[in-house]
Amino acid sequence: MTEAAIDCDLHPGLPSMASLFPYMDQHWRTSLKERGVSQLESASWPPAAPSTVRADWRGPKGEAPCTLATLQAQVLDRWNVGTGILNPLFPAQLPFSRDLSAAFARAVNDWIRAEWLDGDKRLRASILLPNAIEESVAEIERLAPDHRFVQAMTLCMGEIPLGRREWWPVYEALSRHDIPLAIHAGSNWRHPVTSVGWPSYYLEEYTANSMGFQASLASLITEGVFVKFPKLKVVLLESGVSWLPSFLWRLVKSWKGVRFEVPWLDRPPSEYVRDHVRLSIRPLDVPEEAATMARLMDHLGSDELLLWSSDWPHAHFEGDATVPQGLDQALLKKIMVDNPLATYARLREGALA
Amino acid sequence: MARHIVGAVDEIPPGGRKLVEADGKKIVVFNLGGEFFALLDRCPHQGSALSGGILCGLVQSNEPGKYHFSRAGEMVRCPWHNWEFDIRTGKSWFDPRRTKVRAFPAHVEPGAALASDPQRAKAQSGESAAQKDSATPSMHMDGVAVEGPYQAETFSVKVEAEYVVVEV
Repeated sequence: MTEAAIDCDLHPGLPSMASLFPYMDQHWRTSLKERGVSQLESASWPPAAPSTVRADWRGPKGEAPCTLATLQAQVLDRWNVGTGILNPLFPAQLPFSRDLSAAFARAVNDWIRAEWLDGDKRLRASILLPNAIEESVAEIERLAPDHRFVQAMTLCMGEIPLGRREWWPVYEALSRHDIPLAIHAGSNWRHPVTSVGWPSYYLEEYTANSMGFQASLASLITEGVFVKFPKLKVVLLESGVSWLPSFLWRLVKSWKGVRFEVPWLDRPPSEYVRDHVRLSIRPLDVPEEAATMARLMDHLGSDELLLWSSDWPHAHFEGDATVPQGLDQALLKKIMVDNPLATYARLREGALA
Repeated sequence: MARHIVGAVDEIPPGGRKLVEADGKKIVVFNLGGEFFALLDRCPHQGSALSGGILCGLVQSNEPGKYHFSRAGEMVRCPWHNWEFDIRTGKSWFDPRRTKVRAFPAHVEPGAALASDPQRAKAQSGESAAQKDSATPSMHMDGVAVEGPYQAETFSVKVEAEYVVVEV
């Protein structure tokens, strides 16, 4: 693997709630201790589910890897990764209290900075956004001066569709700092994860995420976010990829008949995706063999959309099969180096001051 | 290009339309505020008859949430998939370069000029097309039949009126 390879989706585990206490003010630290909140997991990632952590990456008690040393051993050094982007999945967006959500986000981001970014020059991170818009803007402004934070991250199933104008102050801030918005799979559980109600099984919820991504993408495009913020880039993390062409065909086809409803769109919705949206490749939702990959790339119609990600420590491949079979060297270089660099202005800055 | 008489100007009031057949083609002629425009009556998408579509205006925007409405009645929407076409040019609005319906020149001429023209414009084809299409009101250009056992059929011929002519 080339030393310039950029892994766009790494998930550092949080050992326990107590790990965040040093990064909380006294009120929240005391409050969480008094309430006995020792751990907070989102049902999106059940700790014992095989997909949540690859078996050979778990600790002796089956726990998720949660130290810089394990990340270095399992990913950075093993695959000679040049740059890795940390996307903490601690469910800071779950609390109904805006204040608690913001306190969690601040603590996680400061924990990432002190215990991960400061420890390895190869690492960058997402700013984990809290559940409310005002607090999200504040967190972006607080952390943007540290250029190791290369994007800001939210979930694909939140409280309101992501394109709605309520969200625009976040996009204004991101555009001003030239920081992409990352949308990760997952829900903050304000609404059923399917539009027809709560599913019974994890299997249903897991596959429903692609609908959450489609709804988020349709919202961002139709509401005119990319018209209003032409610099904004959006990265879909753990979204899968193969649903995109058929979804876009449908969106473009229908748009032709109701263009007047969203007259600010001056070109087909698919062109906004090509200009503004990127997708990580793990988990990949097609069989990983050459003919299928070629067909997928043909349907995508662009070799600039995909970003390499191992999705560590989630289990999507075995051993060192970090990239799907059947991608030629030129395309691999695009996915692993050129496309991430084109996406992240702060990675193009190179070495940090 | 052959000239075909679509009908008397009075037959197509502003905002109105008339379907005619000329040179084997179905053509729909629109009156936009006294100006006449003719389009092939076939959506370039899947062939639906544009003559059955609703008229609409043009909605534009330079910013999300801002709507600029203009040119009321100057766009026709295909009845099948609602694609908008500019009646003045035949161009679709979502992809004017590649998706467009064929437009034909249409204009108004005095009847006297048509009557004296040695290459007289054809009128009958337009009439037959209009009568064949039940969805389009059949306009009798200048024939008035009055029933009565003893009355002869009469025709009034008005060459002094103005006529819509389409070039095909």
